[in-house]
Amino acid sequence: MLTLQCPYCGVMAEETELSAGGEAHLKRFGPGSTDADFETYMFMRENPKGVHFERWRHANGCGKWFHAARCTVTLEVFGTYPAQTSVPPADLLDKIRAARPGFKWREFE
Amino acid sequence: MKRYSVFAVAREGARHHTGWERAWRSPEPKKSYDVIIVGAGGHGLATAYYLGKNFGITNVAVIEKGWLGGGNTGRNTTIIRSNYLQDSSAAIYEKARDLYETLSQDLNYNVMFSPRGLIMLAQTHHEVRGYQRTAHANALQGVKTEFISREKVKELVPIINIDGPRYPVLGGLWQRRGGTARHDAVAWGYARACSDMGMDIIQKCEVTGVRRIAGRVVGVETTKGSIDCNKLGIVVAGHSGVLAEQAGFRLPIESAALQALVSEPIKPCMDVVVMANTVHGYMSQSDKGEMVIGGGTDSFNNYTQRGSFHHIEETVRALVETFPMVSRLKMLRQWGGIVDMTGDRSPIISKTPLENCFINCGWGTGGFKAIPGSGWAMAELMAKGYSPLAAEFSVDRFKEGRFIDESVAAGVAH
Repeated sequence: MLTLQCPYCGVMAEETELSAGGEAHLKRFGPGSTDADFETYMFMRENPKGVHFERWRHANGCGKWFHAARCTVTLEVFGTYPAQTSVPPADLLDKIRAARPGFKWREFE
Repeated sequence: MKRYSVFAVAREGARHHTGWERAWRSPEPKKSYDVIIVGAGGHGLATAYYLGKNFGITNVAVIEKGWLGGGNTGRNTTIIRSNYLQDSSAAIYEKARDLYETLSQDLNYNVMFSPRGLIMLAQTHHEVRGYQRTAHANALQGVKTEFISREKVKELVPIINIDGPRYPVLGGLWQRRGGTARHDAVAWGYARACSDMGMDIIQKCEVTGVRRIAGRVVGVETTKGSIDCNKLGIVVAGHSGVLAEQAGFRLPIESAALQALVSEPIKPCMDVVVMANTVHGYMSQSDKGEMVIGGGTDSFNNYTQRGSFHHIEETVRALVETFPMVSRLKMLRQWGGIVDMTGDRSPIISKTPLENCFINCGWGTGGFKAIPGSGWAMAELMAKGYSPLAAEFSVDRFKEGRFIDESVAAGVAH
């Protein structure tokens, strides 16, 4: 079972204690945006076979949203970090680059 | 190709089965083809088959990373139905169901299509209204379904507990000609027929890149070398995102593991397919006697072909409520397949930003039932540039807001 550490309360939470919130760091487009921008925001997804950045909520715990970097093939978790950021932290990216040569996710590689 | 028949069985029986030939060839790839299909699962092979059968295009290669039919074609719960709400879905799924009726004869290969009947249980008043609406829609679409009473459900499925601890059965949507087929045989039958038309099915050959010049595909790079093509069809289900990235475009798709499991084989006890969407479990009995059970999809992206354990618990809990005898069964095997989910839970059969590249994906948790219809539509799209069956399923619908909203219509078990 997938286990993630909640960065707020520090609990090692099992999958059933969490709810998945989909891809992280999406830039939102609303009324007044172009069709292409809205489509990209609403539907287009990275869906990588490898390291992915996601939103999770510690639903049956402290209830807060956070981010996680996780491999979609091995389920290895590289780290979790608070929701109040629009990009992954630099030290986490370094850790992923070291573990996964050739890593690429959106503009990060 | 020697045809399979009762005479062939008798002939081979008389000579100790020494004369059977290989069902399909395993050639090395040629330098170039008119059409390359990536993915030798049901949908890819059906696309190749109908390209040959309906349009005479036989200079075709079907390239497969693993083994033939080893992805979701070999991992599903083999259910066939067409009781969808939206017109465009009903049209393609009914086309597929209709082709399944005579597929064994068409392919000269027994796909064991068993139109044993299928019930979707209505266990809330909302579901009763929803399925009554679907039955009316189906009547207009020419899909034969009816809404049946709870007494009729009990008559069709004696092992069911219609009083249910949480959700009593209030009725059901009954499709008499829905059922199951042998999933491997569908892939094998199509492969044999494709090979017989001179198409090359190349297994253990992974596509590692898509070569492009000025907005056109000119070929693919594979682990068995570079192969040229005039047209490319991508039919790779869960790995659609990976192939699309190689081809340089994005898809509105996320991949996750969907699970299924089977019980130990028992004597015949249920001769229809039953889907319980409110409690989320569905079950049929295979010809071997195993209860074939469909489980849940992981809520997060992954490519594990395994799935999270707690989904098995939830599924079995739901089934024990609906079928109390399940509590006495041992489960034999569990497995997962990677399903490609779109935003509206309907498939994509579409042109792509590349002029001569086409994609068929997004079948999500319900692709097996659609194999013949999907192949039919994809072949027409690739050969003629337009297919009435596929038109509504183009990828543009996400930009234009023309969703085919079956996630509401079909509930969870899609």
